[in-house]
Amino acid sequence: MTDTPAPQLPPPPRRPATPGELFRAFNRLALQGFGGVLPVAQRELVERLQWLSPAQFLELLSLAQVLPGPNVVNLALMIGNRFLGWRGAAAAVAGMLIAPLCLVLLLAALVAQAQDLPWLAGALRGMGVVSAGLVVSTALKLAGGLQRNAMGLPLCAVLVGSCALAVGWLRLPLALVVLGLGSLAVAWSAWSLQKCEDQGRGPSP
Amino acid sequence: MNSLGWGPAALDAAQLGQLFLHFLMLSLLAVGGAITTAPEMQRFIVGQQGWLSDAQFTASVALAQAAPGPNVLFVAVIGYNVGGLWGVLATLVGTLLPSTTLALLAARWGEQHRDALFVRAFSAGMAPLTIGLLLATGAILLQPAGWQLGAVLLVTTTVALMHLTRINPVWLIALGAAVGAAGGV
Repeated sequence: MTDTPAPQLPPPPRRPATPGELFRAFNRLALQGFGGVLPVAQRELVERLQWLSPAQFLELLSLAQVLPGPNVVNLALMIGNRFLGWRGAAAAVAGMLIAPLCLVLLLAALVAQAQDLPWLAGALRGMGVVSAGLVVSTALKLAGGLQRNAMGLPLCAVLVGSCALAVGWLRLPLALVVLGLGSLAVAWSAWSLQKCEDQGRGPSP
Repeated sequence: MNSLGWGPAALDAAQLGQLFLHFLMLSLLAVGGAITTAPEMQRFIVGQQGWLSDAQFTASVALAQAAPGPNVLFVAVIGYNVGGLWGVLATLVGTLLPSTTLALLAARWGEQHRDALFVRAFSAGMAPLTIGLLLATGAILLQPAGWQLGAVLLVTTTVALMHLTRINPVWLIALGAAVGAAGGV
């Protein structure tokens, strides 16, 4: 972790000293994150607390995104682990989840009490439509990154379309699609990346 | 019709076990975030087991997005609606246990192998699938409202505002709640 030769990053100015400090920091940022925690995490950890440089944050985030599971939980785990080992990881994840979990369950219980109100079903339906829009807009933002993908844009578009149709329309089991299409795509990417490197490290990776 | 039928369904221990195992299996398939497994959760819970309706499923996801905290907590709301607090335990622990264990192992290994061919091929190969799964999730969350004009306008407005402004998503959720309460979708 520390013996990597490049790149020369400035050391983070500060670091958490105890698991309690990690717990409080992640609790605080999770409670600020309405509709997603990631933007808040960047602001708190990099700008306010200065535990990580922007480059270190990005590195950890890209690793957290490659792994299965919720990205921000993975991120909390890795940051906690980097500073204080497994105790830090546990403190960061607990800090991120416990208070928001209690809040959201309280909200669910309140909805259960009030579900006969005529407007409530409509309000929840409207919120569901906006949730769909938020998910789609995340998809569109991420789609910009496909332009630099090793497989090339046309093949990526085919994969996006076939995956969306297989899961959203044909309702095939996710395991089948992710393991089937996913292993083909990873193998193809590996082959393309290898070819690029063999051709004397071309301009695009 | 007013009642959502919201609140814990009575699941026995065997069914809770099934719920836990299903979410345990989904955990390691959640490449690109837990929300990408929502179509599969919906297929299992709504389609196969009939524990929730379409409307309850979408409302669970929407409620979690309206509250502060990581979006993964939608699995806790689904768990609550399927099986009360035991349901929460089954879905949340099932979702988090395998992926966090893997992340902890990978944190020690991956930081040194960031440039390895396999790591780069994995992230490049999975990127289009993640986007496809997000689009499928959007389509499934829209099912209760259906493809009516009000819903299509609301989705378009949401996507447009998320791209053109730096608006906090919670205001959009509030807008959706207002439009829905007024009978617009």
